[in-house]
Amino acid sequence: MTDVSVASPCHLRINGKSCSADLPPSVTLLDLLRERLDLTGTKKGCDHGQCGACTVLVDGKRVKSCLILAVSIPNAEVTTIEGLAPDGHLHPMQQAFIDRDAFQCGYCTPGQIMSAVALLEEGHVRTREEIREFMSGNLCRCGAYNGIIEAIEQVVAQQQQDRAGEAA
Amino acid sequence: MRQFSYSRPDTLDTACHTPDHTRFLAGGTNLIDLMKSDVERPEHVVDLNALSMSQIEECPDGGLRLGALATNADTAAHPLVSERYPLLASAILAGASPQIRNRATNGGNLNQRTRCHYFYDPDMACNKRSPGTGCSAKGGRNRIMAILGTSDACIATFPSDMCVALAALNATVNLTGPEGERSVPLRDYHRLPEDTPWQDNILRTGEIVTSIDLPSISFGPHHTYLKIRDRLSFAFAIVSVAAGLQMENNTIQKACIAMGGVGTKPWCVPEAEALFEGKTPSPSLFRDAAECLLQGAVTDRDNAAKLKLAPRMIIRALSQAAAGTPQSQTQKTIF
Repeated sequence: MTDVSVASPCHLRINGKSCSADLPPSVTLLDLLRERLDLTGTKKGCDHGQCGACTVLVDGKRVKSCLILAVSIPNAEVTTIEGLAPDGHLHPMQQAFIDRDAFQCGYCTPGQIMSAVALLEEGHVRTREEIREFMSGNLCRCGAYNGIIEAIEQVVAQQQQDRAGEAA
Repeated sequence: MRQFSYSRPDTLDTACHTPDHTRFLAGGTNLIDLMKSDVERPEHVVDLNALSMSQIEECPDGGLRLGALATNADTAAHPLVSERYPLLASAILAGASPQIRNRATNGGNLNQRTRCHYFYDPDMACNKRSPGTGCSAKGGRNRIMAILGTSDACIATFPSDMCVALAALNATVNLTGPEGERSVPLRDYHRLPEDTPWQDNILRTGEIVTSIDLPSISFGPHHTYLKIRDRLSFAFAIVSVAAGLQMENNTIQKACIAMGGVGTKPWCVPEAEALFEGKTPSPSLFRDAAECLLQGAVTDRDNAAKLKLAPRMIIRALSQAAAGTPQSQTQKTIF
């Protein structure tokens, strides 16, 4: 049993790189990323789990990084928006957001894209209604929802085409 | 957020024997939010995530055991849950958002606190947060507050969707504490506020929810989880109804009904469920059940609409269950 009142050791892999730090247990994953690791692509919107701007992947699952204590996910694999395009080539979802004009101010966009990438893995993309329902954890105050849905549908269609091509 | 000590025990026994002013951390989706709002001020946070309590497994009696640390998302998606207990899967998917459900746990769902605005604001009087200070919700802006099970001290609703389905299903909560293990019916787990609204449930100091048991029961297609809220998604219930009917030909053998959004705990009335035994589904039967379920309801300044909405939703939910056409949580049109 580790019992720490001041700082607690925290070991994570973030975008494929090992990361170790001694942290007060009150530090959230979001604040670790933004304030200590300079990974500011992940945004702080409401800081209460309601807006989705802080969405990242932890062990492949989309979560709200503002509601996770960094020390409570030892050795987890964290993927942020910076990890989607490590070599400068945009992820298909990033390109689709550009193609479909799926943002205006852009503040919610990293969270929207991380959520959409996880959505594809989950497979909740069978209908437009299903995409809307399963993107409900990400708010866009500019109201770019139609473009966001179209961007996701574009990637779904691309994937289906690619699979059909492979089969043929 | 205030500072606290953090520990991550690897045995249940160590976790149970905790000092005063401890909060247990599971998914944290409610606790961390409450700590940021300065509503929860634990001196010690004991992280339960090193304990092995995330299994979902069949029980010898044909039921199912849901580990307390299984996430809401994994529970709803588990084949044994979605095939045998679609009512529960539906209620889980009606709640929160995908990101929250990926982190929130089954045990944590039981132990989440109310979303009463006044509870969340440390500057306001609230008997649930600060015993003895009074209830700002009574006579205040209380459109979302409860109409059943309230007291002079508190009119806050219990916010869970999942627990409404668990109540309808007559689930059992398994606990381990410093004094050993015990099991409690889900319907008795949450408390009415009475004059001690700060006690949400029957948990004793150091006690931990280890798992939830579902009895062996099947409604076939005759079930539904119907939820009305301010937005189409990611909002707490104004009124919700979980209903399951065991039908043989067109006769109801057994009815299981629970309500959310209206009560200070998941709301069940056994007398209303008993009305159905041996009956065929009919509008008058559903109306009688609605009347029985809402007996004793008391409205306050802004929430009288719940008393009009609730019977309509009970009747609609029972119609959906009887017809074998459960409400979709994706296609939101209500038929």
